[in-house]
Amino acid sequence: MNFTKGFRDGVPIGLGYLSVSFTFGMMAARGGLTIAQAVFISMTNVTSAGQLAGLNLILAGAPMLEVALTQFVINLRYALMSLSLSQKLDGSMTTLHRMLFSFCNTDEVFAVASGQRGAVGRRYLYGLIAAPYAGWALGTFLGAAAGTLLPDMLRDALGVAIYAMFVAIVVPPSKHSRPVRLAVILSAALSCAMYYLPGLSGVSGGFAIIICAVAVSAFCAKFFPIPQTVEEEESAA
Amino acid sequence: MSWSYFLPYVLVMAVVTYLIRMLPLAAFRRRIGSRFIRSFLYYVPYAVLSAMTFPAILYATGSLPSACAALGVALILAWLEKSLLTVAIFASAAALVVQAVLSLA
Repeated sequence: MNFTKGFRDGVPIGLGYLSVSFTFGMMAARGGLTIAQAVFISMTNVTSAGQLAGLNLILAGAPMLEVALTQFVINLRYALMSLSLSQKLDGSMTTLHRMLFSFCNTDEVFAVASGQRGAVGRRYLYGLIAAPYAGWALGTFLGAAAGTLLPDMLRDALGVAIYAMFVAIVVPPSKHSRPVRLAVILSAALSCAMYYLPGLSGVSGGFAIIICAVAVSAFCAKFFPIPQTVEEEESAA
Repeated sequence: MSWSYFLPYVLVMAVVTYLIRMLPLAAFRRRIGSRFIRSFLYYVPYAVLSAMTFPAILYATGSLPSACAALGVALILAWLEKSLLTVAIFASAAALVVQAVLSLA
């Protein structure tokens, strides 16, 4: 669980981010931001949905409070993830390192770190965030500088990479554990219901994810609490 | 866009986002005792990722057929436990191929 292993695990995330942040950079440049400003947003925020919503608010000249509230709602899911990950860190993650690492605790970094067997330490985590952070900044730069040069078809195809990666993270554990499979299927169903059903579809994307995560995790925790042995195995590994 | 207009916005965004990420991670140093809460947190990643993927993946490529092809390829390769990068590349390739075929038709 060293830096190199973390770095290797982070490379696919970084590649996925290239395409997502490329789109962001392109939109920022189109909206009137300079290349430096687009990259500055990416390097200080490191969050796709939040940046996109924030960019639109900035361009619309929205009140500062609205910007803060929107970021809060869209990014509240990170609080759940950070809480979940806080239980998986080993002794090398002192308060200072927790404060440094959390700057870059994105959905995908969290997912990969959570998928590791046993506790994770700081060498692995810093390795893990290196490529995603670089990819996020570089993609923004390329998108802002040259977004219009890439054929639409290629850009569209790259857009699915990040979701394919999510599928690759949740499917293998679902194959081996029935409760995890249930959690994945229930959450997908609930998310689709909230997207398609009239009345529910007004809920913003950030809130919808939080509702799905809390409802499904609580349901599974109640009816399929993780066995003591699995936990001991994980903490000993 | 002028930096004096731009900078306060971006700093507010960055600080809010950072605090949301940092506070829970820095504050919870101890192992949580409740079995329910530990189980809850164990399921959170799977529930979050699944909710983020569905139905968003169907709209990620610009057309439903190419998105379905990408999803199908991703599901099969993930079931075979291929690496994250392999799954991501082949899913994108599937979307590209289907999109190219559609544009010829």
